[in-house]
Amino acid sequence: MTINRSSSDVIIKVTGLQKHFKGGGIKALDGIDAEIRRGEVVVIIGPSGSGKSTFLRCLNLLELPTGGTIEFEGVDITDPKTDINRHRQKMGMVFQHFNLFPHMTVLRNMTIAPMTLLKKSKAEAEEKAMALLKRVGLEDRHGAYPSQLSGGQKQRIAIVRALCMDPEVMLFDEPTSALDPEMVGEVLDVMKQLAHDGMTMAVVTHEMGFAREVGSRVIFMDNGQIIEENTPDMIFSNPQSERLKNFLAKVL
Amino acid sequence: MADWISSIQSKFILNFIEDDRWRYLLDGLVVTLELTFGALVIGIAIGIIVSIIRTTHDKTIETMRPGPGRFFLILLNAVCKIYVTVIRGIPVVVQLLIAYFIIFASSTNSLLVGTLAFGINSGAYVAEIFRGGIMSIDAGQMEAGRSLGFNYVQTMRYIIIPQAFKVVLPTLLNEFIALMKETAVVGYIALKDLTKGADIIRGRTFSPFMPLFAAALIYLVLVMFFSWLVGKLERRLRTSDH
Ligand SMILES: Nc1ncnc2c1ncn2[C@@H]1O[C@H](COP(=O)(O)OP(=O)(O)OP(=O)(O)O)[C@@H](O)[C@H]1O
Ligand SMILES: [Mg+2]
Repeated sequence: MTINRSSSDVIIKVTGLQKHFKGGGIKALDGIDAEIRRGEVVVIIGPSGSGKSTFLRCLNLLELPTGGTIEFEGVDITDPKTDINRHRQKMGMVFQHFNLFPHMTVLRNMTIAPMTLLKKSKAEAEEKAMALLKRVGLEDRHGAYPSQLSGGQKQRIAIVRALCMDPEVMLFDEPTSALDPEMVGEVLDVMKQLAHDGMTMAVVTHEMGFAREVGSRVIFMDNGQIIEENTPDMIFSNPQSERLKNFLAKVL
Repeated sequence: MADWISSIQSKFILNFIEDDRWRYLLDGLVVTLELTFGALVIGIAIGIIVSIIRTTHDKTIETMRPGPGRFFLILLNAVCKIYVTVIRGIPVVVQLLIAYFIIFASSTNSLLVGTLAFGINSGAYVAEIFRGGIMSIDAGQMEAGRSLGFNYVQTMRYIIIPQAFKVVLPTLLNEFIALMKETAVVGYIALKDLTKGADIIRGRTFSPFMPLFAAALIYLVLVMFFSWLVGKLERRLRTSDH
């Protein structure tokens, strides 16, 4: 464990990250160097299969990298000796398919982790959960089960469930891709609000509007590598590489 | 006509009333139920442990770092696999006789030996039922749990197992029904269960019809009752997703 004090505003530092599947047959990540600073919204874009999800899932070790290091708040979490469970408490994750716990009410979904892991009292955990539900306009649904919610509602709950742990950073893997079009807006609004409140976010998305509007930086990936990295303005109005130009031509 | 009725009446009195012979059936029924419930409890305990070892192995071994933990898991998994294969490959009567005459030969408590034998037997089947249940839970549930900071065991305990249990509950109750019928062979180890009780009456009265049909009827009613319960439960589980 090394504490790197000189760059304390860097919350995640990725160096030479590799992820090979099938004994090296598939190079999902092929040498990624990246930094995420406190308060930044980093948007990751790229064609299907370019390694966006793998990159994001490596950040909290849902995928175990086959090479390189990831420092989170100065601690190398790829070191087998670090307790990844403790660090994951500080990294919220939102999935494409919500992954709410279907056997629990909305409120229980939100309080089980703080109560079990942070040893919060029931009253304390529920108070925070209700406040967050209110923020996303779902306080009246606290007793509902996930099966009784719409997709947009589920994803908003998934976001506040992660927020209940008071994370330092939030990771989003295509949070709106499984939603009916009319529900995309309500989820993006919650994410925009979150960004506005200063949350550090890494977002994989195909919503270029979101990237342009709230992104502090955009990372364009292809073939397991970062091809271009810049402000949204520069990425969209002044793309450098052929691959990014091709990609933008298809999605815009 | 009157002859016929009085003959039935006297057979009934002979088989059930005289010498309080109905007690063989009632006591036997109690033994059958004790044996079945006891074996089910043991079976579920073994089944949960074995299924967790098997699924943990299958899901994590590829990504696990080399070391003693990994070796231990591979070893445990092999033991569990052998257990399931052996138990499911041998008739339960043979297992019962081996338990009674060889493994627990020094024990005089046949109810205990019978319960253990059926429990160990049932554990192999319950393990496979649970394994199917755990495997049926979407991988995203484990990822969501882990991403919140739960460790593997906590995620299994709070998130995966409760869902898997609900999935397998009807199958588990069917296993219980099958187990109850299977215990009818415990007469082999001198346990007086429902079947043996009926057979004892038959031996005393030399009139097989009534005691055997009485036992058959009791089994049938029990099975129908529990099947009805399973059906009710299945409908409940289907209408609510939680
Ligand atoms: N568990 C796995 N086993 C084998 N190969 C995998 C696995 N997960 C991902 N891959 C491969 O790694 C590469 C990157 O996949 P990844 O899911 O990260 O892409 P992506 O950019 O998120 O794509 P999409 O936009 O379709 O979600 C792909 O070639 C994919 O097939
Ligand atoms: Mg993806």
